[in-house]
Amino acid sequence: MALSIEDIKKVAHLARIEVSDSDAAATLTKLTGILGLIEQMQAVDTSGIEPMSHSQELSQRLRDDVVTKTNLRDEFQKNAPVLGNGSTEQAVAGGLYLVPKVIE
Amino acid sequence: MINNSLKQLGDMLQAKTISSVELTQSFLARISQYNPSINAYISLDESKTLAQAKAADARIAAGNAAPLTGIPIAQKDIFCAKDWRTTCGSKMLANFISPYDAHIISQFDAVGAVNLGKTNMDEFAMGSSNETSYFGGVKNPWSYDRVPGGSSGGSAAAVAARLCAAATGTDTGGSIRQPASLCGLTGLKPTYGVVSRFGMIAFASSLDQAGPMAKSAEDCALMMNVMAGFDERDSTSLNRAKEDYTKDLNKPLAGLKVGLPKEFFAEGLDASVGKVIETAIEEYKKLGAEIVEISLPNTGLSIPVYYVLAPAEASSNLSRYDGVRYGHRAAEYTDLMDMYCKSRAEGFGAEVKRRILIGTYVLSAGYYDAYYLKAQQIRRLIAQDFVEAFNKCDVIMGPAAPSTAFKAGEKVDDPVAMYLQDIYTISTNLAGLPGMSVPAGFAQSDDGKSLPVGLQIIGNYFDEARMLNVAHQYQQVTDWHVQTPNLDKSEGKA
Repeated sequence: MALSIEDIKKVAHLARIEVSDSDAAATLTKLTGILGLIEQMQAVDTSGIEPMSHSQELSQRLRDDVVTKTNLRDEFQKNAPVLGNGSTEQAVAGGLYLVPKVIE
Repeated sequence: MINNSLKQLGDMLQAKTISSVELTQSFLARISQYNPSINAYISLDESKTLAQAKAADARIAAGNAAPLTGIPIAQKDIFCAKDWRTTCGSKMLANFISPYDAHIISQFDAVGAVNLGKTNMDEFAMGSSNETSYFGGVKNPWSYDRVPGGSSGGSAAAVAARLCAAATGTDTGGSIRQPASLCGLTGLKPTYGVVSRFGMIAFASSLDQAGPMAKSAEDCALMMNVMAGFDERDSTSLNRAKEDYTKDLNKPLAGLKVGLPKEFFAEGLDASVGKVIETAIEEYKKLGAEIVEISLPNTGLSIPVYYVLAPAEASSNLSRYDGVRYGHRAAEYTDLMDMYCKSRAEGFGAEVKRRILIGTYVLSAGYYDAYYLKAQQIRRLIAQDFVEAFNKCDVIMGPAAPSTAFKAGEKVDDPVAMYLQDIYTISTNLAGLPGMSVPAGFAQSDDGKSLPVGLQIIGNYFDEARMLNVAHQYQQVTDWHVQTPNLDKSEGKA
C-alpha cells in the first residue's frame, strides 16, 4: 500500500520528530523503497506460526527486592542540556530538570 | 611490535622487555600520525589512557598480571565508559560524558587492559558503511576511497591499520562481521546473551550483541575470555559457567562437518568474492573437513524481517532521547511538544530518523499484525532453518558480505542497496546464533585494487570455542590474517 505525505507527517508526529514539507517529500521516497522491501513478507504463509519475539524463550529473571543503586543525581545532572531560548545555563534547578510550563 | 599477537604482547609485557606505557605510547604515536586521515577514533584522552598504562605496569611489577594486562584496546563508542565522552556516533550525544562504565568496560578494567580511545561508528549503530556517523566517515585502510563497513567501522579500521592491539564491536545485523570482512580482520559476534549489554547503548535489544574484533582467532578468544560472562544488570545475560575460549584452539579439524547453504552462493554474490570463499573451503577440505550441502530457504526474508523488527525496537529504545535530562536540546522552542520535536529533529541524522519512522509506522494501530507480528512469525521460520541445518553439520560457512569494500558515497542515497550488504549476516542475529568473519583472501576491484574478503563461520548456540578452533586451524595454514595494508600507499602517496 502506498504511503502519502500525510502518513509521513502523522508518523513523524507520533515519533516526536519535526519534519519540514521538503523533508517529508524526501522521506516519502526513501520510506516507500524500504516498505517495498518489507512487502516481500506478505508472500509467505505464516498461518499457525507462533511469533518469535526473542531468541531466548525464557521468562525474565527476578531479583531480590533490595536497594542496589546509590543516588547519583548530582553526577547524572552534569549531563543536563543547556536550557535554550536565550539561556546558556544548564536546564536544572534544585535537583530537578527544567522544561517549558505544561500546566497553566 | 604493532603486528604482534595479544599473546606475544602479553608475554613481552610480563617479561618486561617492554612496558605498557611504551606500548601505549607507540600506538598513540601511530594514531596521531594516521588517525587524521582514517578517522577511526571519535575520542582520545591521552592522560586517562596513560594513567591506565602506568597502573598496568605497576600491576605487572607486582606480579599479578592477567593475559591482557597493559594491552591497549580500542572501544567502540557505543560502550559507556566513566568520565569518557560517549557519543554513539550521534550529535544527540555529542557532549555526553558517561557517569558509569558498561559491563565490558569494567571487565577490561578489572584485568588491567588499557582503554586506548573510543572508535567511530555509524550513528546509533545504524549503517553498513560508517557514513552515518555525525563525526564523519572512516576510511578503509586498504584503500582510502572505500568504506570500512559498519556499523563498527572505526574499530575495524583501527585494527586493520594497527592503531590498536584489538578492539570491541557490536553486531545487530552484521556490524562486527561485515566490517571485519571489508577490512581483513577476525571478528566474532557471540551467541545472544553471552556478553552483557549493560552500558551498551541500545539499538535493537533482542538482536544487539557485543564481541571482539582482532587480528586473529586466538586474539578473539583472549578477548572473549574478558568480555563474556553473566551480569545480573542485563536481564538477558545468560547465567552460564565461565568458559575458556582458548581451550579448543589446537584441536584438529578431521571429521568436521561444514555446511554450505546454497542460498549464500546464489545471485547477489560478487563472483570474485565467491571464488575466494570456494578456495577457503578447499583449504578446509585439506584440513579434514567434510562438506555438506544445506539449505537455509528463508535467507532472503531475513532483510525484510530485520527492517521491521530492528526499527520497531529502535523506535522504542530511542524515545528516551527527548532533550530533557541529557543529550541535545534545541536552542529555540515554544512549548514542551515543540522542544521534543525540534530536539529530536536536530539531534538525529537522516538514517536514524528513517528507522525511527519505519519502526513507529510498523507498530502503529492498524499495521501491527501485517508488519510486526508477521515479521516475528517469519523470524521463527528463519530460526528453524538453522535448527534443521545443524542436524546435518557442525558449522556453516559462506561469505560474510556480498562484495568487497565499496566506494564512499556509492550507496549513501539508496538505503535498500545499503541494507543488502547484510544479507548473509542478519539471519544469525534473528536466530540469536554466533557468527564470525575470518580473512580468506583478496579480490580485485574493477579499478585494480586488492581488497580483503571475509569467510563467515556460523556456529550453533554457545559453540564459540569450536568456531574459534575452526578459524584458528585455518590461520595456522594460511597467512591472510597477517597481511597488512600499506597506509601510505592507501592514502594515494607515492
